[in-house]
Amino acid sequence: MEEVKEKVISIPRIGEPAPDFEVVTSHGVLKLEDYKGSWLVLFSHPADFTPVCTTEFIAFSEIYPELQKRGTELLGLSIDSVSSHIAWARNIEEKTGVKIPFPIIADLSKEVSTSYGMIHPEQSKTETVRCVFIIDDKQIIRTILYYPLTTGRNMQEILRIIDALQTTDQYKVATPANWKPGDMVVVPSPNTQEMAEERVKQGYDCVDWYLCKKKL
Amino acid sequence: MACIGSDGKPTISGIKVLRTLDSGHNNPEEIAKGSGLPLFRVRSGLRQMVEASLVSRNDDIYTITAKGKSLI
Repeated sequence: MEEVKEKVISIPRIGEPAPDFEVVTSHGVLKLEDYKGSWLVLFSHPADFTPVCTTEFIAFSEIYPELQKRGTELLGLSIDSVSSHIAWARNIEEKTGVKIPFPIIADLSKEVSTSYGMIHPEQSKTETVRCVFIIDDKQIIRTILYYPLTTGRNMQEILRIIDALQTTDQYKVATPANWKPGDMVVVPSPNTQEMAEERVKQGYDCVDWYLCKKKL
Repeated sequence: MACIGSDGKPTISGIKVLRTLDSGHNNPEEIAKGSGLPLFRVRSGLRQMVEASLVSRNDDIYTITAKGKSLI
């Protein structure tokens, strides 16, 4: 009987260092370490010259100034050639007037898409699904989003997550459901009974000792 | 967007980096601020220009070479 061997690929997880890469992009050769000190949104799209991806590229370009205000860079990826990326970016600019300001990885070898778990064979064996990896300034993966081929991403949610993560880092707080900048944040849960009793006296907006919010 | 073109000469971005280096900025963060280019572009560009001997590197301090100066 023929033995079928499947290679088990480990997909990076939140809190782990982002897998290293040195890649050819539409802006030249780039390494992950080039982004040290900046936040990075690494995202994959299924293919160049496709409709949903084109709407996403326009939308990513539109939020790029907002990302830059947050010290964040954008890096696209698909299993297409650099020539294809350049031709598509030029076509988008020619047809819509929107310039694509960020580099796009030409991952023809599938090395990066495999190491980041961007290929989901039940969706497509030859294309990446719509992944978003939010990588912080220390090159740690902080958020992973996966969208299917048919669903374009929500750019406001990507901005909201970056705002939430950077707020958490700066103020050591958590953010509640549907939080947006300016809303109250969640005070970390107390670890001891004494801390719980203290918590209620501190003037926070508390539902109970385990759920307290405050203004920043 | 690379800093060295296929003809081996610095691109517009490359010239910006070289001019910023020549004006006294010598680490990637300062060059990014001085040139207005994103930091990742400066780092990858400096790597290319070191390989092309337009720039020399000592730890994280970069210096424009005579060959680099002759191109700006």
